Amino acid sequence: MLVGKQSWIFQQHPVIAATGVSGGPFEANGHLAEDFDILHDDLWMGQDSYEKAQRVLIEEAIQTVMQKGNIQKEDVQFLIAGDLINQITPTSFAARTAQIPYFGLFGACSTSMEGLALASFMVNYKGAKNVLTGASSHNAATEKQFRYPTEYGGQKPPTAQWTATGAGVALVTDKKNGENLPYTTSATIGKVIDMGLTDPFNMGGAMAPAAADTITAHLKDLQLEPSHYDLIVTGDLARVGRETVLDLLETNGLKMDPNRFLDCGLMLYKEDQPVQAGGSGAGCSAIVLYGHLLNQMKKGIYKRILLVATGALLSPLSFQQGESIPCIAHAVSIEI
Amino acid sequence: MGNKKQKKTPEQQQYEQLQQKHETKRPIFKNCLKAFFVGGFICTIGQAISYFYIYFFNFTEQTAGNPTVATMIFLAMLMTGFGFYDRIGQFAGAGSAVPITGFGNAVISAAIEHRTEGFVLGVGGNMFKLAGSVILFGVFAAFVVALIKTLLIMWGVI
Amino acid sequence: MLPMFFWAFVVGGLICVVGQLLFDVAKLTPGHTLSLLVVIGAILDGLGLYEPLVDFAGAGATVPILSFGNSLVHGALQEAEQHGLVGVLTGMFEVTSAGISAAIVFGFLGALMFKPKG
Repeated sequence: MLVGKQSWIFQQHPVIAATGVSGGPFEANGHLAEDFDILHDDLWMGQDSYEKAQRVLIEEAIQTVMQKGNIQKEDVQFLIAGDLINQITPTSFAARTAQIPYFGLFGACSTSMEGLALASFMVNYKGAKNVLTGASSHNAATEKQFRYPTEYGGQKPPTAQWTATGAGVALVTDKKNGENLPYTTSATIGKVIDMGLTDPFNMGGAMAPAAADTITAHLKDLQLEPSHYDLIVTGDLARVGRETVLDLLETNGLKMDPNRFLDCGLMLYKEDQPVQAGGSGAGCSAIVLYGHLLNQMKKGIYKRILLVATGALLSPLSFQQGESIPCIAHAVSIEI
Repeated sequence: MGNKKQKKTPEQQQYEQLQQKHETKRPIFKNCLKAFFVGGFICTIGQAISYFYIYFFNFTEQTAGNPTVATMIFLAMLMTGFGFYDRIGQFAGAGSAVPITGFGNAVISAAIEHRTEGFVLGVGGNMFKLAGSVILFGVFAAFVVALIKTLLIMWGVI
Repeated sequence: MLPMFFWAFVVGGLICVVGQLLFDVAKLTPGHTLSLLVVIGAILDGLGLYEPLVDFAGAGATVPILSFGNSLVHGALQEAEQHGLVGVLTGMFEVTSAGISAAIVFGFLGALMFKPKG
């Protein structure tokens, strides 16, 4: 059902029946290593290019989620997913392996929630019984495409972020929730927000306004207070973006409890890992939500969370052409 | 960078101010110190290599520059290939980018990275991704400077 | 010999500090910074100021990328002395071929021998 200006309520409570989460070496040494299904100790995953390695991460996540969800690919109606690489080839090639009817998505680092919102909508309105949705990223493939060759001795400023290597895929289903599984309850689709920032090494600062806009829209559309949620988590604002969005929301009259306002990019890595401001990437929010956060919910630590994935919609070319960085954020609420 | 200063709306300007409060400031002084020491160190190694060529290989102070540069780029290849030039770069910034080893690293890292696209289109097509602008502007600037100076000499001005 | 090492260290270090300031204060990309430095090197040699620096600081002046601009101008001027204006074009790479050839040859060798480590 449409509520307010840009939000949906999922009255049928589509269930997130299972998830598959794969990660790379940095994630294996990170804070949330226990919540991964598959971890690799190098960036190649046995392949001869980074882009192929990213495809393998997605394929593994898809296989895992189908195993855990006890479902065959014939029973899955749609796969809706994306990544950061040109023409989202890793995801499309993984979809070729999966042989499931496929929607390719591009929302930069907001892809995970864009997918979850759409998957929930499809299942809620009986457009599908089972939908796989997810997002992925690969540090080296992303650096190669967006920034510099990985062995280049360029110096990253402290506002830079570390693209996560990993894939997170979830199975959204219409089955009756007999086993106390998390389910989605609502989603808010964001608008593109551009505050004129141009520094591609400060994504957090560029994306914060989009996060603030979507969070404000969500609370307004659903007529909720922030305290309704046990936790509000942004996708990859990291340290700079998180402080900025808290400040921005407070300036506009919405004071958040900083202890109940976290960020996936800050949760993923340990203090001693050289990730500057924190993690980022399309896979970041997917691997933290579909691994750690849902596990926490199943343990009873959180009952209601709002995940706001944030994306920066630039390309290497747009930056060279002097364009600023337009951003977007999509929010999905999950309860258990 | 090439950004034409697009006019910012008042809302954007307000946000820019708010955002700058939270933007982690670059540790400029520390960075300059690190750049100084690493850059100086690399140049000292270059000096040692120059003397090596002068004393053992009959080069003179004027001509030792060439083999020195070639040797330093060879060393940059090893450091890039073995995966630690990028760490030095993160630490030293301009200290490793400004010496000629930085130029070598730019070419070599691009070549290594794009091997996955094949040697012709990948390595050949992308090798000068980062260093190309240095070559372009170096050559063009030299052309203009030498042209002007030669003309001035020819016309007896200098 | 020893004073040369000291000055190589100091002058080389200081040139790198200029580069670092261009990175951190002027917020230029490495590509922009190095291109600017190479142009400065060319201009300084045109003004006759770079060679004295090389005599004074040795590798502290020949190792930073500015010397690339300096060598290009040198080569061009040397040829122009002998062959007139056309020497400006033909002479440029005479002196600097070492740097570019080395970068190309070792770049290709590197691509043959190494895989990126990420």
